[in-house]
Amino acid sequence: MIEAEAARGGAIQGPPLPRAFFLTARGGFWGDRIFQSVVYAAVGLFVLIMVGIVAALVTESMPAIRRFGFSFVAGQEWDPVKEAFGALPFIYGTLVSALVGMIIAVPLGIGAAIYLAELAPFWARSPIGFLIELLAAVPSVVYGLWGIFVLAPFLRNWIEPLLGKTLGFLPLFQGPPYGVGMLAAGLILSIMTVPFIATVSREVLLAVPNTQREAALALGATRWETTWVAVLRYGRSGLVGAVLLGLGRALGETMAVTMVIGNRPEIAVSLFAPGYTMASVLANEFTEATSDIYLSALVYIGLLLLGVTIIVNSAARLLVWSVGGTVKGIRE
Amino acid sequence: MKRLIVNRVMNFLAGAAAGLVILPLVLVFGFLVYQGGSSLNLEFFTHMPKPVGEPGGGMANAIVGTLILIGLACCVGLPIGILGGLYLAEARDPRLPWVVRFLADVLNGVPSIVIGIFAYTLVVLPMRRFSALAGGLALGVIMIPIVLRTTEEIVRLVPASLREAGLALGLPNWKVTVRIVLVTARAGIVTGVMVAIARIAGETAPLLFTAFGNRFWHSGLDQPVAALALQVFAYAISPFDDWHRQAWAGALVLISMVFLVSLAARLATKGLQRQTR
Amino acid sequence: MADGVQVTGLNAWFGARQVLRNVGLHAPANGVTALIGPSGCGKSTFVRCLNRMHEVVPGARSTGQVLLNGEDVYAPGVDPVMVRRRIGMVFQKPNPFPTMSVFDNAAAGLRLAGVRDKDTLHEVVERALRQAALWDEVKDELHKSGSSLSGGQQQRLCIARAVAVQPEVLLMDEPCSALDPIATAKIEELILDLKKELTIIIVTHNMQQAARVSEWTGFFLMGELIEFGVTRDLFTAPREKKTEDYITGRFG
Repeated sequence: MIEAEAARGGAIQGPPLPRAFFLTARGGFWGDRIFQSVVYAAVGLFVLIMVGIVAALVTESMPAIRRFGFSFVAGQEWDPVKEAFGALPFIYGTLVSALVGMIIAVPLGIGAAIYLAELAPFWARSPIGFLIELLAAVPSVVYGLWGIFVLAPFLRNWIEPLLGKTLGFLPLFQGPPYGVGMLAAGLILSIMTVPFIATVSREVLLAVPNTQREAALALGATRWETTWVAVLRYGRSGLVGAVLLGLGRALGETMAVTMVIGNRPEIAVSLFAPGYTMASVLANEFTEATSDIYLSALVYIGLLLLGVTIIVNSAARLLVWSVGGTVKGIRE
Repeated sequence: MKRLIVNRVMNFLAGAAAGLVILPLVLVFGFLVYQGGSSLNLEFFTHMPKPVGEPGGGMANAIVGTLILIGLACCVGLPIGILGGLYLAEARDPRLPWVVRFLADVLNGVPSIVIGIFAYTLVVLPMRRFSALAGGLALGVIMIPIVLRTTEEIVRLVPASLREAGLALGLPNWKVTVRIVLVTARAGIVTGVMVAIARIAGETAPLLFTAFGNRFWHSGLDQPVAALALQVFAYAISPFDDWHRQAWAGALVLISMVFLVSLAARLATKGLQRQTR
Repeated sequence: MADGVQVTGLNAWFGARQVLRNVGLHAPANGVTALIGPSGCGKSTFVRCLNRMHEVVPGARSTGQVLLNGEDVYAPGVDPVMVRRRIGMVFQKPNPFPTMSVFDNAAAGLRLAGVRDKDTLHEVVERALRQAALWDEVKDELHKSGSSLSGGQQQRLCIARAVAVQPEVLLMDEPCSALDPIATAKIEELILDLKKELTIIIVTHNMQQAARVSEWTGFFLMGELIEFGVTRDLFTAPREKKTEDYITGRFG
């Protein structure tokens, strides 16, 4: 039909269409308004959730806060039967396990990031980066499972006796080798944090402008010297941010640590000894809390954990953003 | 000469670091395949857990439970995440978006067990029972930052000329956003959602006192429900060898799913980068 | 029927910077009006004021009167969305929607406005693709992605997309500047066909193109309309010295 009309050479008439004859008819005003409201509602809901998290924790921990106050942080005894609650063993365990983890993870992570960003051959960068991403995506409980059945026995049968024999004069390496304990937790944490530190550090290093590298290379520097002098110095604050991000992650890590730390609320110097972290006690005892004050004390610990991770993560983000800008999202 | 030696040594050390970083992946995955591969049979996927001490049984209820929880989580995480990401990409005044972006990154770093406490307070306490709803809420909140940031990145990649073309056709702003910009960004958003789902499928901590776990089939969204990661944890710390074997199998399923989704996401992102050039 | 586009006293700003100064012209219906001038002289801004695309940019505003077949596009209460349904636009760089097929691209304006009837859509798409001289090349591959076409074909697809909604005016902002000479020639040919039904206003920095396709031409310089008249007269015997300087290549 249309071809015939075209063949006739006349202007092609089409089927009647809904025509906008009156310019003043409302074309999409209500649609725009509604859509904007929906978007703002989603954003508002998000902010509400953030506020809600803090509010929920504060409300539930109020009884414990009122009963124990700040001495909760210094209290060493955790006895639900006597209703004596002190968070120090958990704070100690969280900090020490995170520290052990970071001591191993930071040099490895930043080293791997430098390798990926500056030194590796181009064909290898993508696959290696992918493998590191995979490591970051492995669920905590899977690491924990591996920790119980592979790492802990390995520590108990080989590493801890060896350390005890060679470095046993240090109080760090004294005591019976259980396998599970602070050392196992620290090692598992290092394995879990290293991919984060590596990924974020790599992004920071990649965000360093090429002009910095070119300036150094033009002066005759080797690849390593370029990295050391130009790139690392420029990206310094971002790298600190990456480390802090790793720390934040290590502080909050729950399942893997719970499965290998031994779960004993005591402060011991030796790395071989069992310990307990803030996240672990929440995981183990939340459903066992028989009294209101018990639950409230646990939520108090959760509140402390929330506060610490918010502070560490906020500082980390600001540092990372200072190098690369805010918009290139850091996806973990 | 010395500088070249230093260069060589540092190159080697950095490469060694990268190698050491990847080593655990090989070790973990290797052990999972070795220990769990044999237990990964049809029975695992289709049967319910047997009573304590009896051999056999599977994790069918846990697998279904995880799917239910993912579905519930998406109801919370997708609308807020996608609309929020859209907002961040298109907003004019940069102040509120900066705050939202910051909050999203903070939320990303909040330990998942703390989010579990939030869901406990909001849902479990008033309902006086553990439920799939509570677990879904916790997982949904965890999803939000991931979906938000990836949606923002992807929408930013959509060229402004497409929006102009849509407007010039006489379409209202919201239609251009929903039916042209979002549609163009569809593939990238789906990728981001898949990555988020892979992350929450492996979460255990927030479910410990929300979904709680269930030895039987789910009996309603307001009841406790089993989840794969939860079941792996429960079996791992149990004293039974047979359950240990099933824990390995369950962990193998989890890590395989994570691997597949990560690979798919990588390939999809490569394809997208090529398309928008 | 119609009397085309009549512009009076058009001024435009980006923030505090004025980019158009008191521009007025009449682009007659069923004809082609070309706008020439050096880069940055405001011709693109001018046409974007006609379909109210200029105000989409944050901080941009304009004053003046634009009559579309007698109706003022800037009258209070007028919805810009409605204006843009009656004034179509083709851009400098072809921008078909990448996730849509050839068919869906051409049908986009209609479908997204709510037209669902399959037969209507098919008829309209075929007509639009014929008007854009693209039908014969794509009629067997309507399902293929819009971005799989060549540059020239993509631009004709964008033209088809624009004319499918049956606008009264078609604005073309340097439509051939990203295309090779053969593709350009094809588009110039179809412009001569399209003008039988539409009022066409084409911005071009190619003076030969203006001479080839248009009946009327306007010369812009630094935000002002220096001269406007019959194309042949403007190119052979320009009234203003500045016009003559530009045409003979003394600047720009």
